[in-house]
Amino acid sequence: MIKIVKRDQPSRAIFFFTPVLAIFLTLVAGGLIFFILGFKPFEALKFFFIVPIADKYGFSELLLKATPLCLIAIGLSFCFKSNNWNIGAEGQLTFGAIVSGGVALLFYEQEGFYILPTVILAGAIGGMLYASIPAILKTYFNTNEILVSLMLVYVSKLILDYLVVGPWSNPEGFNFPETRQFSDSAKLPLLFEGLRIHAGIFLALAAVVISWFVFYKTYLGFQMKVSGFSLKTAKYAGYKGKKMIILVFLISGACAGLAGVGEITGPIGQLHREISPDYGFTAIIVAFLGRLHPVGIIFASLVVAITYLGAETAQIFMQIPKYTGQVFQGMILFFLLASDYLLFFKIKFMGLKK
Amino acid sequence: MIIDINFIGLIIASIMASAVPLILASCGELITERSGVLNLGVEGMMIIGAISGFALMTVTGSLIIAIFGAMLAGVLISTIFAFLTQTLITNHVATGLALTIFGIGISAMIGKNFVGIPGKEFPVLFEGLKDTIPLLGPILFGHSIVFYFAFALPFITSYFLKKTKIGLIVRAVGDSPESASNQGINVRLVRYACILYGGAMSGLAGAYLSMIYTPQWIENMTGGRGWIALALVVFSTWNPIKILIGAMIFGGLTIIQFHMQAIGVRIPVQFLTALPYIVTIIVLVVISRDSRKIRLSTPSSLGKSFHKDN
Repeated sequence: MIKIVKRDQPSRAIFFFTPVLAIFLTLVAGGLIFFILGFKPFEALKFFFIVPIADKYGFSELLLKATPLCLIAIGLSFCFKSNNWNIGAEGQLTFGAIVSGGVALLFYEQEGFYILPTVILAGAIGGMLYASIPAILKTYFNTNEILVSLMLVYVSKLILDYLVVGPWSNPEGFNFPETRQFSDSAKLPLLFEGLRIHAGIFLALAAVVISWFVFYKTYLGFQMKVSGFSLKTAKYAGYKGKKMIILVFLISGACAGLAGVGEITGPIGQLHREISPDYGFTAIIVAFLGRLHPVGIIFASLVVAITYLGAETAQIFMQIPKYTGQVFQGMILFFLLASDYLLFFKIKFMGLKK
Repeated sequence: MIIDINFIGLIIASIMASAVPLILASCGELITERSGVLNLGVEGMMIIGAISGFALMTVTGSLIIAIFGAMLAGVLISTIFAFLTQTLITNHVATGLALTIFGIGISAMIGKNFVGIPGKEFPVLFEGLKDTIPLLGPILFGHSIVFYFAFALPFITSYFLKKTKIGLIVRAVGDSPESASNQGINVRLVRYACILYGGAMSGLAGAYLSMIYTPQWIENMTGGRGWIALALVVFSTWNPIKILIGAMIFGGLTIIQFHMQAIGVRIPVQFLTALPYIVTIIVLVVISRDSRKIRLSTPSSLGKSFHKDN
């Protein structure tokens, strides 16, 4: 007989165990899907999860993809911890990229040490500006932040499209939808010869450290935690709710904007139509998988980054459509949410008794 | 300048046609939300409906199988959501997002083999009557059965919620699951049913897009309509009749961009395409500003999990 018993207290051990369980279940379900599609499950999983990161280049690509995911997820964890559903990070990334790209284009063919910091700062400000829209509408007009932040994703992509096709398109670019190449001073330096991993990774690591400090060592972190548990308690304690809402949105906007900077000033070095393969949405999964904990998010971003690489490898070697990556991402979140059941409930297996 | 009166009729008819998927998905989601469940997976369920309908139509050749198959696909995918949120008591927002990401991925995976295949012609009703009445002729006649169903649905939904016993139960579950449960209503069962119904309607909305509105399969062809449908439910303050008005406004915005481009208005196409999203935000702000009114009309338990201890 199986009996389900409610736990007196959510189990802390299981809190960190369920993400691992979720990844395992995703692999099982993924193997099953590959089997249904007519592939050998183990071989397919190998192509998906091991082959892409087996060499130095692959590992660099992994870090390249994990960097924006980690950065955005760190930002989102500020929002999610305090019960603010910012799901428009993709838009904030895009807008951050637009602003920093615009600044980088201003310095076209100029060199100077001050250019890169200005470009990076512009990206963060762009992301913050864009995130402030849902934040202000939520605090002062009571508007649902989920829908607003999401609608703004579509708007930002259209603005980018307009700019790279129209006013900002490369005059010598044969009408390709892209801008001119940024000058070298506006690009994040590459870390190793022949690899694409760039200095943006340090931005992500800095975000990890800062967020850890804010979450666990400051009054703001404590306020966020309390508001996340119960808005009523937060109000009772006299926290200024509106200020905090705007602040967490600005932080997550800045992080997403910085991720946007990394995408355009890294290996690519120009603005073009598709700067992000939905990093902003995938980072939501990363944030949850990492349990909204800075260190957890590092691991989660690496795991989820593999699904991007795996999807590409699987497409080349096995003609498996690249959207399999998204399917895996959706499944990870499903399984994670499902296994959270174990946090609150115990499943007891008991012998048959009369 | 002479404007053909039938041309105006045709424009209105095309606005109505583009409103159809919004009405279907919104009315479905409205029932789900009235039972207290916030399903953000509309976009995902819609795109699953779109690919299922198109694939079944191509494979079986039967439009009826395709339409019902798409609805069934919507039901199946929403079962995942229902199981997670109702049985495993997961967070509605996160689960809905997972559903959308998963749905878009799966649809593109299945759809890989259906890209570029031409669709079939979907039969329309009362074609012959189109020219009998000026202006009203093209508005009233010559549409698919799904079109007529969509425009009847808000009224049916309204009647269902206000006048039927089951409708009352749905509202009771959404407004106060505790007292409904004490009255002997199986809250979980009602919510399951409402979620699956929402899935069916989203599936139908998707099938309308891929089989009737633009008969072909394009990746991501729902293009945010699922999210606009969600916004419409807020816009309507959970009143089905108002969904009709909202959907017509958004349908109008979609159609106007085509006509503005056609008559050569010099506004960048991207700005016109962004219009529905921007208007959605503005409308949400205007509607939500009155927080008291929103609070009164929102189902009280919306988005909150309900768990009854044995």
